[in-house]
Amino acid sequence: MSSLSINSMEYLEGMERTDSDILEKVISCTQKYDYSKYTADDVKKALIKTKISAEDYAALLSPTALPYLEDMARKALSQTQKHFGNAVSLFTPLYLANYCENHCTYCGFNAENRISRGALSLSEAEEELKAIAATGLKEILLLTGESRHKSGLHYIGACIQLAAKYFSAVGIEIYPLNTEEYTYLHECGADFVSIYQETYNTDKYAKVHLKGPKRIFPYRFHAQERALLGGMRGVSFGVLLGLDDFRKDAFSAGMHAYFIQQKFPHAEISFSTPRLRPYINNSVMSPNDVHEKQLLQVILAYRLFMPFAGITISTRERSGFRDHIIGMAATKISAGVKVGVGGHNTKEKGDEQFEISDSRSVRQIHEMILSRGLQPVYIDHIRI
Amino acid sequence: MSDKLAIGGHEFESRFILGSGKFSLELIKAAIESGGAQMITLALRRANVGGEENILDYIPKNVKLLPNTSGARTAEEAVKIARLAREISNSDFIKLEVIRDSKYLMPDNYETIKATEILAKEGFVVMPYMYPDLYAARAFVGAGAAAVMPLGSPIGSNKGLCTKEFIQILIDEIDLPIIVDAGIGRPSQALLAMEMGAAAVMCNTAIATANDVTLMAKAFKQAVEAGRTAYLAGLGRVLDFKAEASSPLTGFLEG
Repeated sequence: MSSLSINSMEYLEGMERTDSDILEKVISCTQKYDYSKYTADDVKKALIKTKISAEDYAALLSPTALPYLEDMARKALSQTQKHFGNAVSLFTPLYLANYCENHCTYCGFNAENRISRGALSLSEAEEELKAIAATGLKEILLLTGESRHKSGLHYIGACIQLAAKYFSAVGIEIYPLNTEEYTYLHECGADFVSIYQETYNTDKYAKVHLKGPKRIFPYRFHAQERALLGGMRGVSFGVLLGLDDFRKDAFSAGMHAYFIQQKFPHAEISFSTPRLRPYINNSVMSPNDVHEKQLLQVILAYRLFMPFAGITISTRERSGFRDHIIGMAATKISAGVKVGVGGHNTKEKGDEQFEISDSRSVRQIHEMILSRGLQPVYIDHIRI
Repeated sequence: MSDKLAIGGHEFESRFILGSGKFSLELIKAAIESGGAQMITLALRRANVGGEENILDYIPKNVKLLPNTSGARTAEEAVKIARLAREISNSDFIKLEVIRDSKYLMPDNYETIKATEILAKEGFVVMPYMYPDLYAARAFVGAGAAAVMPLGSPIGSNKGLCTKEFIQILIDEIDLPIIVDAGIGRPSQALLAMEMGAAAVMCNTAIATANDVTLMAKAFKQAVEAGRTAYLAGLGRVLDFKAEASSPLTGFLEG
């Protein structure tokens, strides 16, 4: 049953309300953002500045900036070198479970989809963690589908405690939590939280999130703030590029991160850039389709607007793209990725969320990084 | 003439300290050798002891490790990291960094002073990274620092000695080695810092991102040495604006 009658902008019971004006600020910027108004001069001016303003960022995300990708890439390369040197961090995701209570029309894990579901037991989770640690990795991202009932807070907490035995840095990509729940998971050993808003267009958001707690836009929006208030050290931002107007969404994600950084100057900020791929040979190509060129534009714009932020490049992209984007703009790359539930050292218990395009092992990614004159970094965090 | 840098009971011939954070590890050894560095910093959070690409495996044994507390946001966190660093590096040297701003990576002098006080009492040789403020520098002296490391300009910016006048005040007033850290982008800037009387210069990004790392490390070595020699020689008279008037300004005085 759809819950379309539920107002996606109203909190549900049990959802903590955040006293923050960031949502209004981001929505207001997004509504005002008209990318068709920028001229080549605006783009050129942005490219010679040492500090990119929000208005410059808006110009760099406009269609007018597309012919300037090479210039953007050169500037991005120098910024990435300045802030990160040769370092490229490695990590892998581990799917603990794929149960989900949401109905997101674009996602294979959605509650209405009849796929094989499962969750790792704690002993299975530990087997998986050990197998991943044996590849040399020291950073892990733990994921679940979004189901408080099937993948409860204490289950996730126990998995984090296990992960903290083998990994220096533990991140989570799970359903949004209240502040004190983030504190609990931080105490279990997690330091980084990834939450993606998917789209900042509130109308579109309501149309594609038909059911489940994810339907509530502001609760998800304020998750980064609650995570930081709960003691987490870093938060990640992202939209599902192509779900709505990717230029507006990328602009909003950048502004969201900007306002969070202003409010929490100590927070480590990062971006992820997943995209919905355009259909191949689709006769009706939309100008808003996100091809590699457009994806690169977004990644470069993030880098230029926030030169100090981490950028992760997804395994959804082909190896040729990933290999070139590290060092230039991206600072973190996944390796040895499996997107089913388990599968590293235990039998896969659930279907995969999406198909990956880069199945290379940690060793292969390691060699690739070195071959590009960059430095593979396995550990860049101390759990204090 | 012996001119050694003395810190925490150790003496160093070289006044060039190499940072390690932005390098390809295979180049570190070459940079140390051609730069003649005897001290190299190391972010403890990057030390992958027993694991892949462990930076410690690339640093020659005769070079003094200067672990830093990068990642610490408070005095308390820095103290914890310093204690871990002592176990791993087997050394009391610690480059203290407390940073609460992910955008500019500016050091928090106040928290760093608090951590210095605790660590100095525990026997650490504390070398705090700081913003060049005279009051803070005096507080570092009081807290037991072995040297102070003011920034020349924002870290990684390669902009040189933006804080030149303030670093000069520290050199003139503070009776500890003043080591210029962060922002040095060219050998000429390192030379200037040494000429001003800095005890040493630390550099990372400028070398790590040079086209030829080995050659740039060598250039820094030479610049630091030249600057030091000039300081010891005592700079000659340098006129400020224009040539002086040859007729005396006070010739009108009677008697």
